[in-house]
Amino acid sequence: MDIILSIVTFTPLLAAAIMGLFLRGEDPAAVRNVKLLALVATTATFLISLFVLFSFDSTVAGFQFVEQRFWLPGLQYKLGVDGISILFVILTTFLMPITILACWNVETRVKEFMIAFLVLETLMIGVFCSLDLVLFYFFFEAGLIPMFLIIGIWGGKRRLYATFKFFLYTLLGSILMLIAMIVLWQLAGTSDIVKLLEFRVPSETISVLGMQVRGGLQTIMWLAFFASFAVKLPMWPVHTWLPDAHVEAPTGGSVILAAILLKMGGYGFLRFNLPMFPIGSDILAPLVMWLSVIAIIYTSLVAMMQEDMKKLIAYSSVAHMGFVTIGIFTATRQGIDGAIFQMLSHGLISGALFLIVGVVYDRVHRRDIAFYGGLVVRMPRYAMVFMFFTLANVGLPGTSGFVGEFLTLVAAFQYNSWVAAGAATGVILSAAYALWLFRRVVYGDLVKRAIKQIGDLSRREKLVFAPLLVMTLLLGVYPSLVTDIVGTSVQQLVDQVNLHAFSALDVQNYDSLAAHDTE
Amino acid sequence: MRSRRWTCRITILWLLMTLNDLTVVLPELVLAVYAMSALIWAVYSKGQQSGAALIWLTSVVLVGLAAWIAFATTGEKTAFTASFVDDSLSRFAKVMVLLSSAVVLVISQDFLRRERLAKFEFPILVGFAVLGMMIMVSANDLVVMYLGLELQSLSLYVLAAFQRDSVRSTEAGLKYFVLGALSSGLLLYGASLVYGFAGTTSLSGIAAAMVPDTTTLSAGHDVTKTTGLLFGMAFMIVALAFKVSAAPFHMWTPDVYEGSPTPVTALFSTAPKVAALILLVRLLTSGFGNIVADWQLIIASVSVISMFVGAITAIGQTDIKRLMAYSSIAHMGFALMGAAAGTSRGVDAMLLYMAIYLVMNVGTFAFILSMRRRNRPVTDIYALGMYSRQSPVHALSLLLLLFSLAGIVPLLGFVAKLYVFLAAIDAGMIWLAVSGGIASVIGAFYYLRIVYVMYFGTPGIPLDGTMPRSGLLALVTSAIIVVFGVVNLFNISQLSSVAATALFQ
Repeated sequence: MDIILSIVTFTPLLAAAIMGLFLRGEDPAAVRNVKLLALVATTATFLISLFVLFSFDSTVAGFQFVEQRFWLPGLQYKLGVDGISILFVILTTFLMPITILACWNVETRVKEFMIAFLVLETLMIGVFCSLDLVLFYFFFEAGLIPMFLIIGIWGGKRRLYATFKFFLYTLLGSILMLIAMIVLWQLAGTSDIVKLLEFRVPSETISVLGMQVRGGLQTIMWLAFFASFAVKLPMWPVHTWLPDAHVEAPTGGSVILAAILLKMGGYGFLRFNLPMFPIGSDILAPLVMWLSVIAIIYTSLVAMMQEDMKKLIAYSSVAHMGFVTIGIFTATRQGIDGAIFQMLSHGLISGALFLIVGVVYDRVHRRDIAFYGGLVVRMPRYAMVFMFFTLANVGLPGTSGFVGEFLTLVAAFQYNSWVAAGAATGVILSAAYALWLFRRVVYGDLVKRAIKQIGDLSRREKLVFAPLLVMTLLLGVYPSLVTDIVGTSVQQLVDQVNLHAFSALDVQNYDSLAAHDTE
Repeated sequence: MRSRRWTCRITILWLLMTLNDLTVVLPELVLAVYAMSALIWAVYSKGQQSGAALIWLTSVVLVGLAAWIAFATTGEKTAFTASFVDDSLSRFAKVMVLLSSAVVLVISQDFLRRERLAKFEFPILVGFAVLGMMIMVSANDLVVMYLGLELQSLSLYVLAAFQRDSVRSTEAGLKYFVLGALSSGLLLYGASLVYGFAGTTSLSGIAAAMVPDTTTLSAGHDVTKTTGLLFGMAFMIVALAFKVSAAPFHMWTPDVYEGSPTPVTALFSTAPKVAALILLVRLLTSGFGNIVADWQLIIASVSVISMFVGAITAIGQTDIKRLMAYSSIAHMGFALMGAAAGTSRGVDAMLLYMAIYLVMNVGTFAFILSMRRRNRPVTDIYALGMYSRQSPVHALSLLLLLFSLAGIVPLLGFVAKLYVFLAAIDAGMIWLAVSGGIASVIGAFYYLRIVYVMYFGTPGIPLDGTMPRSGLLALVTSAIIVVFGVVNLFNISQLSSVAATALFQ
């Protein structure tokens, strides 16, 4: 019995409990202790998770470090990671200490703030590790409570609207998924994800309310799972909660939301929709493709017109997530590799961009683009960092942003060249809005009086950006770091999906591709 | 001489039989004797303290009975020619009823003292109501069923109007009495119809009367008989839906909850619901178990309507007692979803749901009982503005209970919903589960609003902030239970599944 994943998952919760029970007081020393404890706990979690990463055998496709115990009747507590999930665990544990460090200046209710973040970390890691349907749902949904509080208590002016919208929107999506999960559990007689991955959901055409549904139960259940993950990811047109939530959330909340919470949607597609309902995926893939293309083009255009820095980045997140969905539902090795890569890279880049906004917001408490201009004069280092991540966001070769977009576009071309063409337009548009944002905020003359005395990055802030910068660059120049780990699992996933779903023609296509790959 | 000896023998035989019967109803007997002697003692003793002392004594007796029932009795026994049954289901329900009533009595004590309501009648009436509930959950015969229900209801009518000086309390009592009498009338009418067509009042007899008989069916005789039974059944379902306050028979609930003194509201929202639900389930599965298809849709529709009415109507409420009334309507809808499945799994889910519901409601009412400003009770939710600053522990506990009531993971309230959804889907009613899911999202809104007031609201005049130790204990304990219960449900799921199988043998 391997308990290391339980340790990784519950260390932050343990720290939160210690914080809640033993640390008291409002004086600066006590507050400092709280922050230090949070930092130590998240760093320790990261180190333990690194241990998992190094002992992970990337040549094996199945789940590793599996831990299984009895839980409620009919359910089990089962954890494990495979090539697809392990990197998300690492991403979470990697970003948490950075986020805590970035939130060092929080003044109100520091203890509660840190507890909320630590609890959230446990829940996020749990999502990526759990191998039981209901356990997954537990972690997936429970994240709503701390996030609700983070936005609601520490958020901006319209936080109330934003937090309620966020909560109810996501809850509605997930309830449909819950029902589908229960149906799946009834059908297969088990809630074990490993067994469910082998289970074949019936796909005979059935009629619902007089409509003939091709793919039958698979299509319907695919849609129910899709409802939840599409809201979470988010996909157009159910993305509207995201800009509100992002704008109102405190910096740390935005970082976590963009960098990790959104990835749960993509992870869900990879873990449930694609392998469990391959025929449903095949039938509905065109829908996803076109929704993604619309998302990429539409939200990029919307992003260009934003007045608020955070909102702009939020819309850019929606656009980037469009690449992820395209990549996943091409159901090819490149596509899925690219989607995972894109999610990881977006986790680093969007997290960094929200931190960049946070830096100036901390100083002058304004987010509107028009307020700034000419920051490069006073903040040269800040301008450097900003430029680097702007270019990474655009997808400049050499940064991690490029690899993910490139792989998904290649896969999209094999799927449908129109989809690929549409998505590629998004790359151009992203350059437009990102560079324009950069120009308006950083370049130009420093004429605004309020920011005449603004200071450059402090040592803490440099410490925050350094690891993100290094990782973005590293993944950009050496992408095999990721693809080697995910490769075996993705290949197995693709094989399985193809075996179950695609017609002979597709299989031939796929074979020739595979041959091409090996050459 | 000879005839006298015979009479003697028959009397002894009768006594022996009755003695056997009496051992089965011993817990009820003890409670009845206790309540009556307490009444006599209290009437003759002139002391002012008798109320407070009796509250403690009554709750001790209730807890003692619960422990006795839980640990000392096993197997399935019947009494009085099978009109009263002591099986694992009734024991499970009795323990729930006894414990929740005892806890409600204890947490109410402070409120009653402050409002000068700690009269001796209060615990005694609660004792009689609990006695009625114990009879209800054991009833295996229409007459016994009615007996228990009326004993319970009459005690509760008086309790609702317990605050005699308050117009609203009196109004609540009157309203409850009139509508309750109507529902009793419906129940009696339905029961007499069933008796007329089945020829017996015992539930097993009713079930036997409905075994499809192909020979008489062709003559057209059996069809009329079933129609009469169906009519009777429908009337009884409506009457019991009144008692569990399921929509569309819920109209009395908000007014009565709001008008009654808060301890009485706390009682209303807990034990009587369990008793009435168990009664309904026993009636449906033991009496009408052969015609599941005939009542399944009724119960399922009542369930859906309750969930939606509870969830939607509560949105506009600002009075926390009214809000809890709508919340209980919605929760009854979810519990009925388990009953609608008509399977042992469904009853199991319903029992679990009720057990979890009791924990959450008792905790929440422990808090509501302590809501006072300038030493007067308040029930406006906006009085809680920024309460989290004032007392973080209380606020956090209430937050957990509210999220659990809303059915958000990872709290116990979610597990409760999960199992009823599972039972509904298992019985092939996916639509029921889907509507339950949607209703729970709508319902989440008003629970969240209380959280929002406590954590992000605008601070108003602060509450007194004192909370009696018993109330605080109940609040924190229930919060801890809803958090840690998900680890293994404290193994009550085994007990509930055993209890549920008692109905399906």
